[in-house]
Amino acid sequence: MNVTIVDYQSGNISSVINSFTEVAKGKVKIEVTSEINKIKSCDKIVLPGQGSFKSCVDSLNKISGLVETLKDFAITNKKPLLGICVGLQMFADIGYEEAETKGLGWISGKVSKIDNQNGKFKLPHIGWNEIEIQKESKMFKDIKNKSHMYFVHSYEFIPEDKSIISATTNYSSKIVCAVERDNLFGTQFHPEKSDKIGLKIIDNFLNL
Amino acid sequence: MLKNRIIPCLDVKDGRVVKGINFVELKDAGDPVEQAKTYSDGGADEICFLDITASNENRETLIDIVRKTAKKCFVPLTVGGGVRTIQNITDLLLAGADKVSINTAAVKNVDLVKKASKKFGSQCIVVAIDAKKVSENKWEVFTHGGRNKTGIDVVDFAKKVEENGAGEILLTSMDKDGTKSGYDVDLLKTITNNTNIPVIASGGVGTLDHLYDGIVKGGASAVLAASIFHYGEFKIKDAKEYLNSKNVSVRL
Repeated sequence: MNVTIVDYQSGNISSVINSFTEVAKGKVKIEVTSEINKIKSCDKIVLPGQGSFKSCVDSLNKISGLVETLKDFAITNKKPLLGICVGLQMFADIGYEEAETKGLGWISGKVSKIDNQNGKFKLPHIGWNEIEIQKESKMFKDIKNKSHMYFVHSYEFIPEDKSIISATTNYSSKIVCAVERDNLFGTQFHPEKSDKIGLKIIDNFLNL
Repeated sequence: MLKNRIIPCLDVKDGRVVKGINFVELKDAGDPVEQAKTYSDGGADEICFLDITASNENRETLIDIVRKTAKKCFVPLTVGGGVRTIQNITDLLLAGADKVSINTAAVKNVDLVKKASKKFGSQCIVVAIDAKKVSENKWEVFTHGGRNKTGIDVVDFAKKVEENGAGEILLTSMDKDGTKSGYDVDLLKTITNNTNIPVIASGGVGTLDHLYDGIVKGGASAVLAASIFHYGEFKIKDAKEYLNSKNVSVRL
């Protein structure tokens, strides 16, 4: 099996590479690339994302044919794709970080700043928070409810269709922290930085 | 709910972990890669490396140590010391750091914080502030590992780095560092009350109760400590169990 981590110059993806390489342990081939042909022919895609919604979308668009290729892969052909952090947020129609920016539009919804309730909640939301699993999920196989995951973000994904939400976390309000629809997966938290439990989630994705 | 973080800090010099009192009299405290791994296996919420001499002796930070550590530790890794340019940050992030901490360079040129947070995202830009008390409820920013006085008020500077996109503040009390007499709680309170980004408390931990004070009295989102963990006085687990027993929420 070949798993591609999409390298579209979206900031720091070393931790994603390290953790997937650790879990794959040579059984699964992990490739880090932005080459369209390689992405087309792989079995699973990981779409990381750091920095702002706008900078990530802009970087994706800079690589000719990448957005269409990802859409064919994940939406038309329904092959497994995991978006992490801004990688997940980009599934939305629209994001409001820096400037109003069109997302990939794969899951109807928007990405807005977390309400800090007049400074009561510090932003970014940084650190370990418990996830509340909302539905049976392939990604959360053997993961206990209320497990701790590592978060670092100031914006949240608000999807229209609540049935795709697989987990939430409490910070200021109930924040969507994982989505799952067919073979499309996303986590707001960073499984690559979430210790052994995070590595288990990566393992679940590789074992799909 | 969001948990309070416990962050063991490894002061690194010439590839070894060291610990001193008030930033001088350095003692050898082991191999950084090995120690980072022990901490992450032991439940540390993050790991922090500070290359304490880089800024002063014009050395680049220990990219190789970062690279080796990042392959073994799957909790966030912050690296600081001698970070002066966007290129320095790029190198550390590529080696596997998750966050980079900027100290002296942020004081000299706050634009670096702005540019870095714009380029890499606020989530990976920590500004480390070394503060020294100058009078009642007044602290000043120091640079170069606590050697140089700047005349800049710490509250003004904390607000300025927040405005310029810092994701977190790592606040060290120079008066307390290495003394084991507890954090400067007044300093912490002043900064946590005047900023809206997470503050990491640093400098002075000698007992587990000091960690409690940093979080509960000082309002810190995370507590950083070095010597109490290095010399085996306490394990990360002890600290977490103690805080939990006092109703401070931690990741157990």
